[in-house]
Amino acid sequence: MTQYQVVHCTINGKSCEAVVDVRASLADMLRNNFRLTSVKKGCGVGECGACNVLVDGECFNSCIYLAVWADGKSIRTVEGLTGPNGELSDIQQAFIDEGAVQCGFCTPGFIMSAVEILESGKRYTRDEIRRQLSGHLCRCTGYENIINAVEKTMNRRLGGDE
Amino acid sequence: MFDFRSYAAAASVEDAVRLLAEKPNAVIMAGGSDVLIKMRSRDMSQVDVVSIYGLDELRGIRLEPNGDIRIGSLTSFSHIEHDETVNRLIPVLSQAAGTVGGPQIRNIGTIGGNTCNGVTSADTASTCFALDAIIELTGSEGVRHVPIVGFYLRAGKVDIRPTEIQTAVIIPRDSYENCFGHYQKYAMRNAMDIATLNCSVNVRLNADGAIERARIAYGVAGPVPMRAGSAEAAVCGMPAGEDAAHIFADAAIRDINPRDSWRASKAFRIHIAHELAVRGLTESMRRAGATI
Repeated sequence: MTQYQVVHCTINGKSCEAVVDVRASLADMLRNNFRLTSVKKGCGVGECGACNVLVDGECFNSCIYLAVWADGKSIRTVEGLTGPNGELSDIQQAFIDEGAVQCGFCTPGFIMSAVEILESGKRYTRDEIRRQLSGHLCRCTGYENIINAVEKTMNRRLGGDE
Repeated sequence: MFDFRSYAAAASVEDAVRLLAEKPNAVIMAGGSDVLIKMRSRDMSQVDVVSIYGLDELRGIRLEPNGDIRIGSLTSFSHIEHDETVNRLIPVLSQAAGTVGGPQIRNIGTIGGNTCNGVTSADTASTCFALDAIIELTGSEGVRHVPIVGFYLRAGKVDIRPTEIQTAVIIPRDSYENCFGHYQKYAMRNAMDIATLNCSVNVRLNADGAIERARIAYGVAGPVPMRAGSAEAAVCGMPAGEDAAHIFADAAIRDINPRDSWRASKAFRIHIAHELAVRGLTESMRRAGATI
């Protein structure tokens, strides 16, 4: 079967258009049509969180989200976090500073879940951060440094104890 | 790429019904977190897909004028978990929805998909059983309302007739009013896991602090979610307290029929079922104001 559809959407703030196979996942579309390779294909079944992106402000595993469903939606990936000259955002820098990156494959997915936490403007407890990141697997770090990076960035943004 | 033979996106409920009439063997896709995974593991191939994911008219939770709570079938678990009406009137459902998978799965997964998949372990299904939910189905013959107990035919098979889609899960007023509930999921991990056993209990106490009505439903205690009627009858009229919780649990395990599987043995599931019944009723009675 070959069937194509046009998808209009906003990606990292820019209005975009792509012709996609209806069988393609959003991860396929973001990587192949737009070269957004921060979107990693890990398990392919929604368990590891490596392909996590924001769709209209909520986290979705793009490997099990159809590309055609993105029509009319606003999608954000890690590429959209950096400044005009490639400056890192606070949460990306925090992952480096805290040693929350080792092999790096899970990092973009974790960071987009962190963005949802940080932009909520709410102060999460450590347990709540842990729960909100529970849809991601990291085989290197043991998670503590990742949670530290998110917690410290949250505290810095909200003002208060680090 | 997913193994579709064809793909059609419904533009409305009527359109979905029409598309299903054209393709009687089509698979209905809500959030896709069951269907797409089955395709990936080749349990499904070359399917005609009718996607209803775009039907925003099936999203959201509404308190009807008669007091019933209407949950659109495409409402995601995270929206159910955080919904104001659900948290005020049926917090036990918020609790259940919050135990599904992880955050991304709770954003894509829907209560309609959870119940239509026909799986016994579905986290929201046991609570829907315990709250006597009514399933609303819309098809070419019109709208049908089916009590959830009758909706489940056997493992993996629910009562959806050709051309029908599930459009809402309704929690009747009498079913939740003055009731207090507690949901427990027993699994090996705290997130991203399937229940070894799950249990939803709710209770209504009368003015004297006695049990007016208690209800209990299990997931993974049989091929489909189930109520434990003997337990409910055994404590009716009893004063709220520890004795009631133990009588409740002793009766509950006589009603269930869990199986041995690689996740857990039958004996272990029965043990867990007893303990969850004690804790579930105890916590429900506490929430209803009893001192235990």
